Amino acid sequence: MEIGKKIKAGDVRAASRLIRNIEDSIPEAKSTIKHIFPFTGKAHVVGITGSPGAGKSTIVDGLIESTRKEEKTVGVLAVDPTSPFTGGAILGDRIRMQRHAEDPGVFVRSLATRGSLGGLSKAVGDAIHVLDAMGKDLILVETVGTGQQEVEIINHAHTVIVVLVPGMGDEIQAIKAGIMEIADIFVINKADREGAGKLQRELMAVLDMSPIPPGGWRPPILSIGNAFDPVEFERGIEAITKNVHDHYEHLIKTNLIGDRVRRKTRHELNEALRSTILEPIMKLLVTSGELDRMIDALQRKESDPYTIAEDVARKYLNDCVKF
Amino acid sequence: MAERKIRIMVAKPGLDGHDRGARVLARCFRDAGFEVIYTGCHQTPEQIAASAIQEDVDVVGLSCLSGAHRYLFPAVVKLLKEKNADDISVIGGGIIPDQDFKALYDAGIKAIFTPGATLDSIVEWINTNIKPRN
Repeated sequence: MEIGKKIKAGDVRAASRLIRNIEDSIPEAKSTIKHIFPFTGKAHVVGITGSPGAGKSTIVDGLIESTRKEEKTVGVLAVDPTSPFTGGAILGDRIRMQRHAEDPGVFVRSLATRGSLGGLSKAVGDAIHVLDAMGKDLILVETVGTGQQEVEIINHAHTVIVVLVPGMGDEIQAIKAGIMEIADIFVINKADREGAGKLQRELMAVLDMSPIPPGGWRPPILSIGNAFDPVEFERGIEAITKNVHDHYEHLIKTNLIGDRVRRKTRHELNEALRSTILEPIMKLLVTSGELDRMIDALQRKESDPYTIAEDVARKYLNDCVKF
Repeated sequence: MAERKIRIMVAKPGLDGHDRGARVLARCFRDAGFEVIYTGCHQTPEQIAASAIQEDVDVVGLSCLSGAHRYLFPAVVKLLKEKNADDISVIGGGIIPDQDFKALYDAGIKAIFTPGATLDSIVEWINTNIKPRN
């Protein structure tokens, strides 16, 4: 398998092309993934999430720098949203990372969500495999600017960094379910702004109330003041880098890494089942025009969505499915 | 289901911070359904070529208002060629005098758009001449 070999040798063109083919659902991409899959699972995958403009890309840039100083290689997947109207997208995360563009130890790839709702792109799991097979030591996955519910990153990352900024709401926001629960590390960015102290106290109160998780990791709350001040930025990034390392060591020491990897693997299998079983049937329904006829029937109230779905399952999945 | 989408990089090479035009174009390409990677200002040709390859774009759109296009545009084409990536097309725009067109075309720039070019005409050129690569 020629492409697989190239990717293992770190060929940037082959890798970026493969990621493109994964995004575009080109069938050959699947066979390449099959080929490289045994060589994956070595990298430390770190997710960076938080609201739009919180400073995720800037922090990713800092982490690239600190990791390169340790003479490790870095892969970055940066996700930005696709327009629901035109299908187009502006992928602007790499603006903050361009000082690393020529460094052969750094590979930055922007992905558009293409309709995925969890804050990532459907291609992200396989794209991580590509960077992993290339031998990247650290893989940073930057989500879209998230709201409250876009937590899919936990299915891909070993370590999740949630970036917050002051002034985003009252203390109730801090105890809501969703994104506030998934952090292994909190970063308060723009902490020179009003409200940073309050946010820090609220977070601490939330953590004080939370039950101690298995393994006993309490998410640290780190802060970066003015990221344009190089000294302050470096100090903040140094602390984040140290905590990223500490968290990974903690996962390994407590064997919790196994749980995370299992969650990741289960998710991946779910997705593969969905795409392998559902998508060919959907394609058939679309190309044969059957899907349109079903929609017509629904609009005339001649049937309902569940009856139609059960009929389709009976027809295509034979006796495997019982209702 | 398989679906190819045009990926375009909008880049501003050299010492030129006037990026309003580049941002308007990025937005217009988004509305045309392309995936647009924007690099920001002050990019070296080396940064642009390396990024275009990492992003697997079909076309690079360079914007230059500083007068250095005669050096910067061909430099990007040359670097892509050196990296075996001359299947990535390079187009350019900005303040470019008529007498420079020939030299730029000869250097491998596929199209040049100057003030007065409509957004629609640029999108149409891309839709006609750039096919997502297989």
